Amino acid sequence: MRNTFAKSFYEAAQSDPRLCMIVADISPAGSMEAFRKQFPERFVNTGVAEQIMIGMCAGMSMRGLKPFAYTIATFALFRPFEFVRDDLCYQKLPVTVVGVGGGVNYSTLGGTHHAMEDVAIASAIPNMRVLAPCDPEETRAATQWCVAQEEGPVYLRLGKAGEPVISTGATEPFVFGKLRLLREGSDVCILGYGPILKLGMDAAAALEQRRISVAVASVHTLKPLDRAGIVSLLGRFPRIVVIEEMVPHGGLGDAVRVLAWESGARCRIDCLALRDEFIHVYGKHEEVLQAHGLSLDRVIQRITA
Amino acid sequence: MRSVKAEVSTEFDVAAARRRCMKYRRRILDISQKVSALHAAPAFSCVEMTDVIYRGLMRPAADGRGFRDVFLMSKGHGCMTQYAILEDLGILSSEELDRYCTPHGILGAHPDRGNPGIEASTGSLGHGMGIATGMAHAEKILRSGTRIFAVLSDGELQEGSSWEGAMMAANLRLDNLLVFVDLNDFGGLERMSESHTAFYPIREKFESFGWESAEVNGHDCVAIHQAVSARRSGRPYVLLCKTVKGRGVAFMEHVPIWHYRSPNKEEYATAIRDLVEVRS
Repeated sequence: MRNTFAKSFYEAAQSDPRLCMIVADISPAGSMEAFRKQFPERFVNTGVAEQIMIGMCAGMSMRGLKPFAYTIATFALFRPFEFVRDDLCYQKLPVTVVGVGGGVNYSTLGGTHHAMEDVAIASAIPNMRVLAPCDPEETRAATQWCVAQEEGPVYLRLGKAGEPVISTGATEPFVFGKLRLLREGSDVCILGYGPILKLGMDAAAALEQRRISVAVASVHTLKPLDRAGIVSLLGRFPRIVVIEEMVPHGGLGDAVRVLAWESGARCRIDCLALRDEFIHVYGKHEEVLQAHGLSLDRVIQRITA
Repeated sequence: MRSVKAEVSTEFDVAAARRRCMKYRRRILDISQKVSALHAAPAFSCVEMTDVIYRGLMRPAADGRGFRDVFLMSKGHGCMTQYAILEDLGILSSEELDRYCTPHGILGAHPDRGNPGIEASTGSLGHGMGIATGMAHAEKILRSGTRIFAVLSDGELQEGSSWEGAMMAANLRLDNLLVFVDLNDFGGLERMSESHTAFYPIREKFESFGWESAEVNGHDCVAIHQAVSARRSGRPYVLLCKTVKGRGVAFMEHVPIWHYRSPNKEEYATAIRDLVEVRS
């Protein structure tokens, strides 16, 4: 995802001289290095100094440029939180804060590197928009939207590298603020965002053999949330399963339950999320997710229970 | 970039500046009678430096509207001074300033971006250095020649973010960034030279971070103007302005309570009666 992001940004930067990239000591992989070589002034590495990364983005934006702040999600959002809030959101500046490795993606690095609450925190700030694409293809479309928009700040939550493309079956294109079905179905609808949606796709494929028809929707825009789209799915499906790589409060699961209550939906809703715990487990991404209770078996179990 | 020295007028009417500064102080005292709090003392300590920046250093825009250069009040609690100056320049209307801190107005006790003459919303300390660094770097990218002037408090130099910004501005060789530090020696609570002795010296810290620096009496308009005029360029510039918190009103000087409190009727009368032109 991060390579696709870098490539999409680099392509856009060719024709938009206002696009700048401010990073905080993170290696400029792939096209980011090409961008840096081609436009040395428009690439700034602040070093291990995230507050100034956000502050500089604010100042550059105030003078007419379109900066992106880019680093590991915890350091993009948590470390300089008040700068994101006051400099970017309070002043409604069109700056994109890119958080790499949202969730527990940095699975060997421990809790200091896990952005488990980023969506809840970013969504809580007025004026902030929150995007979490599910795969490289959606990342491309989300990035293209971010480079073009001028309205205000965005938190773009990315995975890391090597995520498979899971959105090829989608019949609708990426539209900011609108959920999109990656796969049709009639018995159950899985809602989620980010790379963990692959679990949903795998579960749907496995359940197809058991004659359970499962739809999967990418709710890539967490804020503003596609309320109408979610309400429509709540009315269409007898069962809804929300999967998110985020703490169990302040995210999509809560929002779906609120919308279900407000709309009088009668479907059953199950929410699967990270545990509300710092878990000291190190290993592959899948293994840390499993320690949090997020695995293919668990999703299938929930749906068939 | 042309040398900064050539861009600064060597003529600065100090008598007019002193009259203006007295007028700003009087205006701030008048407004203080309508509200319970307005940060009078921290506004008074930065009157002269802010006047010199607006009247002697910032260049007017080509179309005559506003300025080509940019001013940032990083110590947001000093904004009464900025408001009074913007009013005097005709950028902010007197009617608007009269509505200060009322629901019908747009001006609060900290500056809000989008209001006339206000470039950034400040108030939380330690944000200005980063924003100013970003602004200065943007103007370099845009090849505009625009310079960024920022007034910081000494208190906000206790924020690590101020030094992140100072370091980065020097790394990027932003010689279009001019920072004025209002060294009034008081945070909200106490005298910093007594409570935080390791915070000093400050000038050497900037120098070691790669900045050009000078130190002046921050109430001496001529000294401020001359110091900036003598600047060599090539590096970001900091002018350390030694000031007195509450300067101009004797009973407010060096007294922490006036960081935030407004004078009552009797105190106001005393302040107005005793107000004199500040010379240094």
